[in-house]
Amino acid sequence: MNQPSLVDDLKSGLDAPICLTWELTYACNLQCVHCLSSSGRRDPDELTSAEAFGVLDELASMQVFYVNIGGGEPMIRKDFFDIVDHAVERGIGVKFSTNGAYLTPERAQRLAATPYLDVQISLDGLDAATNDPVRGKGSYAIARRAMDNLADAGFGPFKISIVVTRHNVGQLDGFKALADRYGATLRVTRLRPSGRGADSWHELHPTSVQQREIYRWLLEHGADVLTGDSFFHLNALGEQPLPGLNMCGAGRVVCLIDPIGDVYACPFVIHDEFKAGSVRDAGGFSGVWRNSHTFRELRRPQSAGACASCGQFDACQGGCMAAKYFTGLPLDGPDPECVNGHGEPALKVAGPHPIMAVDHSRAVPILLSRR
Amino acid sequence: MLDRVLTRHPQVALRPEPFGALAYHYDNRKLIFLRHPDLLTVVQSLDGRRTVAEALDVAGVASSRRPSFLAALQSLLDSEMLGEPALTR
Amino acid sequence: MEEPTASSESIAAIAATSDDEDELIEELLVEEISIDGMCGVY
Repeated sequence: MNQPSLVDDLKSGLDAPICLTWELTYACNLQCVHCLSSSGRRDPDELTSAEAFGVLDELASMQVFYVNIGGGEPMIRKDFFDIVDHAVERGIGVKFSTNGAYLTPERAQRLAATPYLDVQISLDGLDAATNDPVRGKGSYAIARRAMDNLADAGFGPFKISIVVTRHNVGQLDGFKALADRYGATLRVTRLRPSGRGADSWHELHPTSVQQREIYRWLLEHGADVLTGDSFFHLNALGEQPLPGLNMCGAGRVVCLIDPIGDVYACPFVIHDEFKAGSVRDAGGFSGVWRNSHTFRELRRPQSAGACASCGQFDACQGGCMAAKYFTGLPLDGPDPECVNGHGEPALKVAGPHPIMAVDHSRAVPILLSRR
Repeated sequence: MLDRVLTRHPQVALRPEPFGALAYHYDNRKLIFLRHPDLLTVVQSLDGRRTVAEALDVAGVASSRRPSFLAALQSLLDSEMLGEPALTR
Repeated sequence: MEEPTASSESIAAIAATSDDEDELIEELLVEEISIDGMCGVY
C-alpha cells in the first residue's frame, strides 16, 4: 500500500502550523555577537497589545497548538504576562526563550503557576570565560541566576539552549551535566550566519573536525537532547541518521512572526527573500500561511540541484537554506558546512552575501574579546 | 477493545488535516499523526458513550481494516490521547 | 519510562490473519512524532 511518509505529509504543508516562533520585540538588554535577529533597539512599529491579542485569537481559531515566544528579550515587553495569559486562556500553549535577566524570583513563581508554559534559558558557555565574549559581560551569571530562580520556585523541568560554536564544542558533556543537575532538558542548536551571526560566522562556526565531534556526540546523546532537526546536514557523515525528524520545517510546519507582524519562513531568514507577508495584511496570518507565494514555493518538492551528483542528498537534504543564503551560496547547492567538503569551493566563488536589512542593533557593538 | 467505551482526554486538541489529523496533548506534550480521515472520524465518534465497535460502524470501517484501527486505538490509549470516560458525567 | 524525544514511533499493524475471505489491509494509522528539536521551537 503506497502511503506517503509522514515527513512527506509534513513537507507538503499543513492547514495551520503545528506551532510557530513569535518574536515579541527587537528590544534586548544583551547584544550577543551571533544574534539571529540583530536585536537591541525596540522597533517603533511593534505590534500593540491589542494587535498581539488579535494574533493569538486568530491562532486559536486555526488551532495552532502552541507559540514559541522569543525576541530580542520577550520579558522586556510590559505586556509580556498579559500576552502569555491571553494565549493560555485561548488554549494556546506557550514556550518562551529568555536570557533570564528579567526572571526574578517573583516572576519565576508566576511562571510556575501558569499552566501550559515552558521556559528555555539561553547559554553559550559553561563559565563566564566561554559564555560572556559571545553573549556579553555578566550574561553567564544572569542566566545561572534565572535557572536558580526557576528551580527555587518549583517550576519543574525547563530547557537550557546552547548555540554550538568553535569555543564550546568541548563543553557539550558539561552542558549535559549542568542540565541534569537542574533536571532540565538540554537543547543544542546550530549557529547560522543570520543577523549579527553573519559577521561572527567565520570566527565562530565549528571546524570540520569539530563537526564530526558534534555528530558523534549527538548520536550518543541525541535521544536525551533536543536538536536533531538543527543538524541534519551532518547526516551525510554516517550511516545512522541523527535522532529527530531531520527535516526543515520552515514554511511547512512552523514559521516566524516578527515584532512588527511580518511573517517569515523561520527566525534565521529575516529577509525579504523569505518574507511571506504580514499579520496586518487583509487576510491576516491565516491568509499568509495558506496562500503566500513564499510558502507555496517551500511546500513544492525540492530538487537536489547541484547536489544531485553527490549521492548524500537524501541524508543531508542540501543542508540549511539560511546557512546557504547568508553566506552568498545558491539555495540549490551545498551547505557552507557541507561535510563532504563541497561548501568550501562554493564559498570561494560566492558573491557578496546578502545583508539583513532589518537591523535593530544598538549603536555600540560588544566586541568579541579573546583571553 | 471492541466493547470498550472510550473518550478523548480533555487536554487533547484534535485538528483535521488533508491526510487525517494532528492530535496534541497539552499535559504530556505528545504530538501524534492520525494518518487517515477515517481514524479521525472514529476518534471524534468516541464521545464517552459509544463503544469502539459502534465508532468503527459510524466511520464505516470495513472489517478488513479493523485490526489496523484497533492497533491505532490501542496506541492512542497508550499515549493517553484516549481514555476511560470520567465516572461522573 | 523515558520516550526518546526525537524519533518517530511507528505502531505496527496487527499481523494479518483472517477468518473471513477478505484480505486484511494493514495500515500504519498512528505515528507519534516530536518537533521539539526543530529550529525556532523552544
